[in-house]
Amino acid sequence: MKILCAIKRVVDYNVRVRVKSDGSGVETDGVKMSINPFDEIGLEEALRIKERGEAEEVIVCSIGGNEVQQQLRTGLAMGADRGIHVETGETTQPLTVARTLLKLVEKEEPGLVFLGKQAIDDDSNQTGQMLAALWDRPQATSASKVELADGKATVVCEIDAGLETLQVDLPAVITTDLRLNEPRFVKLPDIMKAKRKPLETIAFDELGVEKGVDLGLGAHEPPPKRGGGKMVGSVAELIDELKNKGLL
Amino acid sequence: MSRILILAEHDAGTLNPSTAKTLTGARAFGIDDIDVIVFAADPGSVAEQAAALEGVSKVLTMSGEDFAHPLAARIAPEIAALAGAYSHILAPSSTFGKDVLPRAAALIGVNQVSDIMEVIDAKTFKRPIYAGNAIVTVTVEAEGPVVATIRTASWSATGTGGSASIEAVESKAENPGHTRFVKLDGAGGDGPDLNTAPVVVAGGRALGSEEGFDIIYGLAKKLGAAVGATRAAVDAGYVPNELQVGQTGKIIAPDLYFAIGISGAIQHLTGIKDAGTIVAINKDAEAPIFEVADLGLVGDLFELVPELEQAL
Repeated sequence: MKILCAIKRVVDYNVRVRVKSDGSGVETDGVKMSINPFDEIGLEEALRIKERGEAEEVIVCSIGGNEVQQQLRTGLAMGADRGIHVETGETTQPLTVARTLLKLVEKEEPGLVFLGKQAIDDDSNQTGQMLAALWDRPQATSASKVELADGKATVVCEIDAGLETLQVDLPAVITTDLRLNEPRFVKLPDIMKAKRKPLETIAFDELGVEKGVDLGLGAHEPPPKRGGGKMVGSVAELIDELKNKGLL
Repeated sequence: MSRILILAEHDAGTLNPSTAKTLTGARAFGIDDIDVIVFAADPGSVAEQAAALEGVSKVLTMSGEDFAHPLAARIAPEIAALAGAYSHILAPSSTFGKDVLPRAAALIGVNQVSDIMEVIDAKTFKRPIYAGNAIVTVTVEAEGPVVATIRTASWSATGTGGSASIEAVESKAENPGHTRFVKLDGAGGDGPDLNTAPVVVAGGRALGSEEGFDIIYGLAKKLGAAVGATRAAVDAGYVPNELQVGQTGKIIAPDLYFAIGISGAIQHLTGIKDAGTIVAINKDAEAPIFEVADLGLVGDLFELVPELEQAL
């Protein structure tokens, strides 16, 4: 079985994102970029499945300009066997990404596709579900545990009410939540080794993807700030304040 | 043709308040005709609760064992089949809505607008990105219905007073048979629902252990509040995952939020920025939580929290 892992290049988790003063977007110049943390967890899970002998090959793919090869190389250094870079200079929104991934799925015929439940830049939480729909295959979203047996995956999904367990036939799409695993650290020899791993580039136009109509993105603004608070010196003072606000 | 369809969320007996909040968001679109669809094994009582919400025109029900559990692969094609009659298809931005609606959007062939927090007009909305560090205005330019989730924390629940008609609709899609519900763990509990509770008492890693959280539960019980937690506290195993508040947990808007032993990581603050009043108790006076708290108290939480519980 092959496992396909889709990764997105995003502003690193630790960067404090700032809106540009002209409102045209957020500041990304000179900002550290990384694999979307949820996607990294998906890749880690795929690698563990392969290491348990339940898959033969892990393919990591991404869509974007040449800069995404940096994240693909990181994925290869983590242990993916090969990479696919779908090259486009344009930004892509979830529907187009899902249609693009479907083309790769048709080509590679994986038994499992892992994606993060959301990307930490646009927080859309759509692409995995969309791919599952277009592929007409099962989806298990926000996974915190994945077990494979007899051509099926038993997946524990984090939902508002608790933990929901689904059983899905393979092939299937699984989107990952934070508690699924802790991704490994990449070691220097692995980075060297990753340079020799195959990384195929396919021009977006070659795939014949019908682009979805993107949402128009207008002004970006910083979130409204909460007003400055008040420090109290004791529990009694706290209770008085809450009573004054009519909250107790 | 302007008509809105809302996907109801429920637990097979009770309509989830997220539905009434989605309805409030929908009513800001300036469109009078708003239908609600209930998928359930037996939709009866949930449909009646939806029909009683003010401003609902019609409640559609689709019934049968296939709908005993809300599986996206089963429901999404039904929504897509109904899409032709609607200008807008909405769901709450709960894990349920997030699971089902993008699957329907892809079948319809449109991008979804996620987490609408403000409506400019029927096709232009504001939504948070980058964990709420930026708000972007998005416009739907595609033909076909607007498919969107409503950020429930941004909207209060619409009240009752309506008397919509209830109409059963036939299933148009097959059960794909490839996805099976096995079980649900951790549902229920004694306290109020974290998503909708007016008062929430939340603890962070500083509680130190599962037992340490007892003082959080104690204060919550005294206040009739729901219990919440940071990702760090959940990851450390102090409390179950469904209590997590933040970017990747629940986004909530209680009237009163107690942040106890919570430093105030940006990902956590994302989950509470619509709270009415935030009270922070922390031993570190420099903790970022005090920058957003309305009332701050510096000190040892293991002394202050029991003292607070006693004094109430």
